[in-house]
Amino acid sequence: MSGFWSAWIIVLTTATFIGTIWLLFANRKTEKMREDGTTGHVYDGIEEYDNPLPAWWFHLFNITLVFGVLYLIAYPGMGNYAGLLGWTQENQLERQVAEAEERFRPMRDKYLALPVEEIGQDPVVRKMGQRMFGNNCAQCHGSDAGGTRGYPNLSDDDWIYGGTPAAIKQSITHGRRAVMPAWGPTIGEDGVTNVTAYLLSLNGRDADAEAIAAGGTVYNTFCAACHLPNASGNPALGAPNLANGIWLYGGTTEDISASISEGRNGNMPAMGEMLTEDKIHILTAWVYGLSQ
Amino acid sequence: MTELNESLEHPVYNYKVVRQFAVMTVVWGIVGMLVGVLIAAQLVWPQLNFDLPWLSFGRLRPLHTNAVIFAFGGCALFTTSFYVVQRTCQVRLISDRLAALVFWGWQLVILLAAITLPMGLTSSKEYAELEWPIDLLITVVWVLYAIVYFGTIARRKTSHIYVANWFFGAYIIAVAVLHILNSLAIPVSSFKSYSIYAGTVDAMVQWWYGHNAVGFFLTAGFLGIMYYFVPKQAERPVYSYRLSIVHFWALVAIYIWAGPHHLHYTTLPDWAQSLGMVMSLILLAPSWGGMINGMMTLAGAWHKLRSDPILRFLVVSLSFYGMSTFEGPMMSIKTVNALSHYTDWTIGHVHSGALGWVAMISIGAIYHLIPILFRKDQMYSTQLINVHFWMSTIGTVMYIASMWVNGILQGLMWRAYNQDGTLTYSFVESVEASYPGYLVRLVGGAIFFGGMLIMAYNVYMTTRRDCEQVATPVPA
Repeated sequence: MSGFWSAWIIVLTTATFIGTIWLLFANRKTEKMREDGTTGHVYDGIEEYDNPLPAWWFHLFNITLVFGVLYLIAYPGMGNYAGLLGWTQENQLERQVAEAEERFRPMRDKYLALPVEEIGQDPVVRKMGQRMFGNNCAQCHGSDAGGTRGYPNLSDDDWIYGGTPAAIKQSITHGRRAVMPAWGPTIGEDGVTNVTAYLLSLNGRDADAEAIAAGGTVYNTFCAACHLPNASGNPALGAPNLANGIWLYGGTTEDISASISEGRNGNMPAMGEMLTEDKIHILTAWVYGLSQ
Repeated sequence: MTELNESLEHPVYNYKVVRQFAVMTVVWGIVGMLVGVLIAAQLVWPQLNFDLPWLSFGRLRPLHTNAVIFAFGGCALFTTSFYVVQRTCQVRLISDRLAALVFWGWQLVILLAAITLPMGLTSSKEYAELEWPIDLLITVVWVLYAIVYFGTIARRKTSHIYVANWFFGAYIIAVAVLHILNSLAIPVSSFKSYSIYAGTVDAMVQWWYGHNAVGFFLTAGFLGIMYYFVPKQAERPVYSYRLSIVHFWALVAIYIWAGPHHLHYTTLPDWAQSLGMVMSLILLAPSWGGMINGMMTLAGAWHKLRSDPILRFLVVSLSFYGMSTFEGPMMSIKTVNALSHYTDWTIGHVHSGALGWVAMISIGAIYHLIPILFRKDQMYSTQLINVHFWMSTIGTVMYIASMWVNGILQGLMWRAYNQDGTLTYSFVESVEASYPGYLVRLVGGAIFFGGMLIMAYNVYMTTRRDCEQVATPVPA
C-alpha cells in the first residue's frame, strides 16, 4: 500500500475515534433546560426528557473505545503500521501448521518409510485414510469410495489408470485428465449406433447382428488403438475396459452412444498441490487396501 | 375503492399512500415468510424443490431475503416514514403524485424481483441480486422517495426535526449511496451485467453494502419507527434527548466501518479486518443507546404491558434488538468468528434481528396504524393481537435457539481432530447432525408465519367493519 493510502486510513480512523470521543464527552452532562426535565419540544404529542447519559452506558462506550485503541496498537490496522505483536493471518496459519506438523508428522512418516502393500490393511492406516478420504475425496467419489456417474468406483478391482500402488499414487498426486474424443462427426450417426451395438455385444447384451458386424469394423479402425482390439482398455492411456460391464458414464444404450458421439473429459485434480507426500502415501494405502 | 379512500381521507395529511403501504406490508410479509418456510422445509426434505429449477433453494433463497427485507421491511419503512414525517412536521407530503409514484414504483420493483429471481437472473451479489434494469428502477424510485421525504421536512411547521426523522433521513441517504456504489456494473445484455469491481475489492464493496444494508436499512430505519411508535403507544416522553443525539451520530459514523467483519481470515488485508472488528465492537454502545432510550421511555408505564399487546410487540422487539446487537459485536471478534463463520449461527443471528427486531417492531407499528388509517377506534380483535404476539415470540426463540445449537455444533465438528491429526468429521456428517435443528427451525418459522396469517385476518376484519359503517347510511 502506498504511503498516501496508508496515511488516508490513519487519518480517517483517528478522526473517527477523536470525533466519537468528543461526541461522548461533550454531551455527557445536561444543563437542565426546563423545570419538568423535558426539552420543551412537542412532536405530535411526543415530548422528550433530557436525562443525562446512563453512567454504565457511558463507561461501556469508553471501554470499547480504549479496547479499540489498544488493539490497533497491538495489531495491524493503521495503514502500513504492522502492530506491536507482529501478527499477521499468514504467520498465524504458518505457526499452527508448524505445530501440527511437529506433533503429527512423525506418526505419518513412520508409514511413509514402509511400502504401500505392507500397510494397506494396518488398522491405524485404515482409520487415518478413511478420515482423509472423507474430507478430500468423498465429495466426488462418495464416502464409501463407491463412485458415481463420472467419478470412478475406487473400491472394485477395475482401474482406468492402473491399480498398482505406484499408479494410484500417481493419480492422486498429479491428477488425471481423460480425453475421449467426440467421434460423432467422424463416424456419423450410423457409426455411433453400430459401435454401440458392438460394445453391447461384447458385454453379452442383445443387439442387431448387422449393426454388431458393422460396428466391429468401425471399432477396429477408430477405437481399438486406445481401448485395444479386445476392448480390455489401456491403463497407460487411461482408456477404460469396455467389456467388463462397468460404465463410468452410464451403461444404457443412450449413455454409451452419447459417450462415443460427444466424447468425455474426466478431470481428477492434482491433490499433490494440497496434501503432503506422507498424507498421499497413507491415502494410497487406504485406497489400495479397499480392493485387496 | 375510490369512495373508500375519500371517506378515509385526512383533512391535512396524505394517509392514502400510508394506507397502501401498510396493507402491502402485511401482504409482502406473508409472501416473504412463506418462501422462507418453504426453503427451511427444503433443508429438511430436499425433494421439496420438485426437481424444478424455479423452486430450487439457490433461486428461492434470494427471493426470500429480497421479499422480507425490501418488500416487507421496505413497505414497513415507507408506511412509517411517510406517516411519521407528516405527523411530526405537521405538514402534508409535498406531492401526492410523487408519493403515489413511489408506491407503485416500489411495487413494480418487488414484482420484477419475484419474476426474475426464480428465473435465475441474478447479479450474484447477496441482498443486491437484482439485475441492472431493476437496479436503475430502484434508484429512480429511491430518489423520488428522498425528494418527497426531505421536501416534506423542509416545509415542516415545527421548529426542530424530531429524532425519528434523523434516523429515517440517515437511512434514506445511506441506502442511496450503498445501492448505487455496490450495484455499479457493466451490462452485457438486457438481464446480465458484470460488477465493475473484481476479486477482493468486489468482496469488500459487497460487504460494505451488505452490512450497512443491515445498519441503515434494518437498524437506522427501524429505530426511526421505534422513536415514534414506542413513546406514542406508551404515551410517555422519550427518555433522553441527549442520548438520542450521542447514539445517533455514533451509530451512523461507526456502522459504515463494520463491513470487513464478514471477511475475516480471507484475502482481505489484515488492516481492513482489524478495523472492521474494532469498529464492530465499538458499535455495541451506540446500538444499545436506542434500546435504552426505548426501554426507559416505558419507565412509569410498565403496567401497560399487561393490557396492551401492541406495546408488547414494541418492547419485545427492543429486547431482541439489544440481544442481537450484543451478539453481533461478539461474533465480529476474530477468535469467535473463526468458530461461528459459515455456520448456521450467522443465520440465527440474522433472524434474531430480522424476526425479533425488524418484523416485530413493524408488526407493532402496523397494529398501531391500521385503526388510525381506516378510522376505527381499535383493531378488530385485541385477543388475536395477543395470540400473534406469542406466536411471534415463540417462533423467533425456536428459530434462533436451534440455529445457535446448529452453528456451534457445526463449528466444533469442523475443527475437531483426532489424535493422529486427521479431522474427526467429514462435512457431510455435520450436515447430518444439523437435521434436528433444521426441523426445529422450520417449526419455529412456520409458527411465526402462522402469526402473520392471523394478523392478515385481523387487519381484514378491521377494515371490513369500516366498509359496513360507511355503507349503511346510504340506502336509508
